[in-house]
Amino acid sequence: MSTRGFSGRRPTADAARRLPPGQYQTDDFPVLAKGPTPRVDLAHWRFTVSNGPKPLASWSWPEFEALPRTTWRGDIHCVTKWSKFDTTWEGVTIDDLLAAVGVAPPTAYLLALSHDDYDTNLPVADLVGGKAMIATRFAGAPLEAEHGGPARLLVPHLYFWKSAKWVKGLRFTPRDEAGFWELRGYHMYGDPWREQRYTNDP
Amino acid sequence: MTTQPVSAAPARWHEAVIERIVHRTPRITSVFLRAPIGAHVAGQHVDVRLTAPDGYQAQRSYSIASAPGTAEIELAIERLEAGEVSPYFHEIAQPGDTIDVRGPIGGHFIWRAEDGGPILLIAGGSGVVPLAAIIRDWSVTGPRTPALLVYSARTWEELVFRDELMDIEAREPEFTFIVTTTRGPRQRPSDYDRRLDRSLLRDILSRWKHTARHVYVCGSNVFVEAVTSCLVSDGMPQARIRTERYGGEN
Repeated sequence: MSTRGFSGRRPTADAARRLPPGQYQTDDFPVLAKGPTPRVDLAHWRFTVSNGPKPLASWSWPEFEALPRTTWRGDIHCVTKWSKFDTTWEGVTIDDLLAAVGVAPPTAYLLALSHDDYDTNLPVADLVGGKAMIATRFAGAPLEAEHGGPARLLVPHLYFWKSAKWVKGLRFTPRDEAGFWELRGYHMYGDPWREQRYTNDP
Repeated sequence: MTTQPVSAAPARWHEAVIERIVHRTPRITSVFLRAPIGAHVAGQHVDVRLTAPDGYQAQRSYSIASAPGTAEIELAIERLEAGEVSPYFHEIAQPGDTIDVRGPIGGHFIWRAEDGGPILLIAGGSGVVPLAAIIRDWSVTGPRTPALLVYSARTWEELVFRDELMDIEAREPEFTFIVTTTRGPRQRPSDYDRRLDRSLLRDILSRWKHTARHVYVCGSNVFVEAVTSCLVSDGMPQARIRTERYGGEN
């Protein structure tokens, strides 16, 4: 049933095609975070891949910067309903990261861990095959702290809370363990095209 | 964080009836809804969905201003000039109209009586809405832990819930309400009329004489970044500070 008197503002045909259900396009880059922006010192920055509690590999910032780099351009979708088109990111794909670790993924799930004690869960299958990266640059410049710099996870085919800011590592887990928002009402997987915003969404 | 997660937001949309509309300030209108959704916790939000005659839909999230347990859900909606949805609530919606809502949603930027305090709430502009829900809830639930609301707005006239917050302050000795206005003079000797910068925040917190156990900061991203960086550099543990930022909405 329609809302009396509401006409709305239609996106262009191109935008309508690119917008998942319930989203609108913004040219801004809104900032959302559970708390203050952590200030992460590059001199002490480390990125660690671990299997449960066991570290598999770890990089300092200069070591991480020496890994193969990839640029990705495309659209991102926040569960708070904004989408931003044609964003450009540069970083290290999870494929290249795992190749540098030198082992096959030991489990099918992992938690991305952040400096502000945030975490979020992802299937490994959603991170490999060129689908995700640890991004350190946005629009050609070092990633700003309020957008997750120095490094954030980028998983653009899922709602953006999965793209953990201020990321410091990936921890493989035996099962799909709920992360910070997934424990607080948000969907375990978060596909914007199926509008998986909240816990009970199908 | 001591707060236990609140989860399991209902997935379904429900039809809500607009019961009343109250223009609170030149820019903010309260919409009171009767909606068959579950009980909320102070600080949570709902999703709102409007549908055009051709089936086109627009969704937005709005914080709940009312305390848990009230019959109506109050949303206090700021009119955004280039907005698609907020002008509907300001100019078109009338009592008796229906909209779709789902929720309540959010398990982080929340306060319940068992979370205790002291609680420090810092609001910029319409960021006061979820904090008003917390103070309203605090005022009717125990324990009477100290609560401080610092509310920055452009002018005295733009303070949403101003008279109600002053009433709560008058009857609750543990509630401190401090206003700072950035584009107009202060109206009470205990208030301020300048930007909420580091020195002002220090003045206010030293007058309060309590150490906050839970800190909630809500407003524009610029406001939240400025306030939280002052708090953190003055020694407030990051883990005590919850933020909610808006921007990019229309």
